[in-house]
Amino acid sequence: MSTIAAISTGQAAGGIGIVRISGENALSVADRIFRSVSGVKLTELKGYRAAFGKAVFQEKELDEAVALVFRAPKSYTGEDVVEINCHGGLLVTKQVLRAALESGAVPAEAGEFTKRAFLNGKMDLTAAESVMNIISAKSDQAKQAALNVLDGSLYKKISEISLSLKRISAQMAAWVDYPDDEIEDLSDEKLTNTLENAKNELKTLISRFDRGQVILEGVETAIIGKPNVGKSTLMNMLTGYEKSIVTSVAGTTRDIVEETVTLGNTVLRLADTAGFRETDDTVEKIGVDRTRIKSGRATLILAVFDASAALDGEDEEIFKLCEGKNAIAVINKTDLDQKLDTEIINRVFNNIVYISAKEERGLAELEKTVEELLGTADFDTTQATLMNERQLVCCKSALDSVEEALGSIEAGVTRDAINVNIDVAIESLDTLTGERATESVVNEIFSQFCVGK
Amino acid sequence: MEYFAKHYDIAVIGGGHAGIEAALAASRLGAKTVVFAINLDSIGNMPCNPSIGGTSKGHLVREIDALGGEMGRAADATQIQTRMLNLGKGPAVHSLRAQIDRREYQKYMKHVLELQENLDVKQAEIIDLTRNEAGEWQLKTRLEAVYTAKCVIIASGTFLGGRIYIGDVSYESGPDGMFPATELSAALKKLNIPLRRFKTGTPSRVNRRSVDFSVLEKQEDGETETTFSFETKGPNENKSFCYIAYTNDETKKVILENLDRSPLYSGKIEGIGPRYCPSFEDKIVRFPDKLRHQFFVEPCGLDTEELYLQGMSSSLPEDVQLKFLRTIKGLENVEVMRTAYAIEYDCVDPLALKPTLEFLDLEGLYGAGQFNGSSGYEEAAAQGLVAGINAARKVKGEGEFILDRASSYIGTLIDDLVTKGCMDPYRMMTSRSEYRLYLRQDNADVRLTSLGHKIGLISDERYNRYLEKQALIKAEFERVNETTIHVSDALQELLVSRETSPLDKGVKLVELIKRPQLSYDDLTPFDENRPDLPREIFEYVETELKYDGYIKRQQAQIKEMRRLEVKLLPDDMDYDSLDGIRLEAREKLKKIRPHSVGQASRISGVSPSDISVLLIYLSKMGL
Repeated sequence: MSTIAAISTGQAAGGIGIVRISGENALSVADRIFRSVSGVKLTELKGYRAAFGKAVFQEKELDEAVALVFRAPKSYTGEDVVEINCHGGLLVTKQVLRAALESGAVPAEAGEFTKRAFLNGKMDLTAAESVMNIISAKSDQAKQAALNVLDGSLYKKISEISLSLKRISAQMAAWVDYPDDEIEDLSDEKLTNTLENAKNELKTLISRFDRGQVILEGVETAIIGKPNVGKSTLMNMLTGYEKSIVTSVAGTTRDIVEETVTLGNTVLRLADTAGFRETDDTVEKIGVDRTRIKSGRATLILAVFDASAALDGEDEEIFKLCEGKNAIAVINKTDLDQKLDTEIINRVFNNIVYISAKEERGLAELEKTVEELLGTADFDTTQATLMNERQLVCCKSALDSVEEALGSIEAGVTRDAINVNIDVAIESLDTLTGERATESVVNEIFSQFCVGK
Repeated sequence: MEYFAKHYDIAVIGGGHAGIEAALAASRLGAKTVVFAINLDSIGNMPCNPSIGGTSKGHLVREIDALGGEMGRAADATQIQTRMLNLGKGPAVHSLRAQIDRREYQKYMKHVLELQENLDVKQAEIIDLTRNEAGEWQLKTRLEAVYTAKCVIIASGTFLGGRIYIGDVSYESGPDGMFPATELSAALKKLNIPLRRFKTGTPSRVNRRSVDFSVLEKQEDGETETTFSFETKGPNENKSFCYIAYTNDETKKVILENLDRSPLYSGKIEGIGPRYCPSFEDKIVRFPDKLRHQFFVEPCGLDTEELYLQGMSSSLPEDVQLKFLRTIKGLENVEVMRTAYAIEYDCVDPLALKPTLEFLDLEGLYGAGQFNGSSGYEEAAAQGLVAGINAARKVKGEGEFILDRASSYIGTLIDDLVTKGCMDPYRMMTSRSEYRLYLRQDNADVRLTSLGHKIGLISDERYNRYLEKQALIKAEFERVNETTIHVSDALQELLVSRETSPLDKGVKLVELIKRPQLSYDDLTPFDENRPDLPREIFEYVETELKYDGYIKRQQAQIKEMRRLEVKLLPDDMDYDSLDGIRLEAREKLKKIRPHSVGQASRISGVSPSDISVLLIYLSKMGL
């Protein structure tokens, strides 16, 4: 059985998000995305043990996390299971899931954990009926959700890419299966062009996934600044902004209050914890959501400065925190006398926005700057967008096959092998749209070519 | 007056390519068998193209041979020109094809049947098929003889309810002017067998003396050392040639002017024709922009002047046929010997069959060949073999013999038929196999000989020779892995000329063979201790090495696919009692009654969640 992974907590924002990984490689997959503080590997742990550490992906820290290890058969599914408990909300949980999927796990089908639990005898027989019902209900839901998405531009885009591949596959197949008919061999050029085109289309779709997620899920934003520079003012301006939608979700573990603010095209997830507490600690005084920034989770930093005050040592701390990040300097109180050395700010920040809470000025400019910085400005929501990890995985595997086909052409491999690569890519894409690849290629042959005795 | 004639273990209806393999397999496995043909001179007939093999069909023949079937040996014995198709397109799609002396082939096959122990060969038309009180199948002939049998294999080809169409003329007929089987369809309908009408066609045969070969292109092909059968010592000698001709504007004009006289376009033919072998008028209508159509002029044998015009199948009236043929360069004075025709016939919806080719609802009754909705001699023979093996095993109380998709093109063909069904006559194609880099013609013996030996159709003697060949292959793999090739000017020159990177230091031979730009032959001068082995061994080793990555991946896919293939679904599965299966899937599952969860997963309309439900159910039942 393959090793599967999914978020097993709900899709609503909450305190803890759990990514569950199950299957014979669960521990080794988890080891690739989790570093314990003690240095112990999960594969070395016995069942029912926990490790504290960091969820990581490609050397980047995603979040603090606790990993729980269950050894087969003593787990929910009866297989080796690792549950990674993340603390940072839905987006980070999704990133951890993505890391697991990139590290050898495949997305779990609807109800698959339960199914495995049953198949491995972890559930009594009377539960069977309800399991079946759950599975069918879940898949209906998923199907409905898929239909809604597939109805539109994504379906069209995937079908287009798939059709372009089917056309060349059909031509290659006809060329092979009807050697006596006058079927032209596909030129390397046409083959390469079609594949390059498919590659680019797929890459675009994949690259849009993150930006699409930013739009769908919001971007983690930290507001930092010294006390009384106007962080709360900014917060209030954002939440009170005429175009914004505000939701408050009470967290369960750390008493986080998360504000979701829609700024134009972009949803900002503003976490507000230490940020607005006054303490004696310098860094704390700056009002830093340290965990977010240090773990690299904050995709966006809004650093607030008081236009009417001069810079000091604490501001230096802020500069350091903003290094190498998507950071915007937000200069407040522009209606008062200017004492701020804007030359220094200009040197440190690429993006500067002036606001005045009193005069309700600068928000439109902030919106524009945020959109430009996050690439959401030109994000056309009517264009095809991948909606979930499963679709992303399908596109990535199609892309892998297309790239392998291109590599094989380059290496001078014969067409039979290249054709199989292309068919595998079609299969991956058709998994998204629910067609049967082999049949559609055969149909394509007969509609395109005049073949036969 | 009816009389009881004899009891057999197995009765085969039809002596075509399916019937032959079915009868031979059954009798060779020890079952008392009879094969009935309407006319004994129709045994092993090729009413259409005088050739065996071709893309993917060549694979089928080599698989039939590896399992102990007869077609490969017969084709080798009677071939007049053999060539390997698709050279240069990759080893997965290399396919052997041979022109056959069709009369010699028939003589060969008929004699093999006559000599076969446990087998009786009878000329008779079966007009009734029923089950008697003892539960045996009862067959009645036109001459009122009654035979009984434990198992019956229907391999009726285009004889069953056959009707020929040529222009306005239509009449009941079997293929090639044979009598049709006119009564059996009614008997099958009484058994609730879902029959339908399919259609196929064949081009005209013309006299060689009336063709001007000086203006035709001769098809030049080198001989190949490869033969269909493991048992044939190659190479097969080429004794004849094919020629290429082209239609033109004038041909097209004649067709279009007379389209209203075609039974296909006037609606007289109801049967569904094959997409891959359209009649010539079909090609003209469907591809109006094509300026000319290429076709082949093929010999039918060494001691006949009849030529087959491959690509010119038609059901237009005889006078129109002659008129359009005579527009073609080289055929201006052509004399037609046999007129092209379309033929409509009864066949079964193969969804009514199991992967053993036994009817789901009629124990001991099997279908094979065109009767199952396929087309082609090789497809027919493959099914005949599988049906014959299964019937014999049933008689002996042994388990079912099922080839899965990953084992062979035979398995792919049967799985497609009984799982997806077919809306028009089914032809094998390489593109139908997702595992085609593994299912090659050169490894058919590796894939299937052991199985053929196990079921009892491959002799110990042949099996040992197969093992010897495997030992040679193994030794050669080891040798190329261990042999070091040193850097030399000549080698570097070769590498550069082939646009592949030169060497820094000596490498193992295997590394050079793996490069797509280099062949075994290229490396001969540098590989000083190369043993003297049959060419096929080098070719096999080279293919396995060059495509190693691809083959390994396919084998991983195969392993994954087989997990579901071994989860068998009971015959009496009550799909109505399963909660959680969607309506569409439920209807399909009830109709097709898949043999395994794997087969179920390939049914269109059955989703992964439906499969989950099936797995849960199986586990609940402790299966």
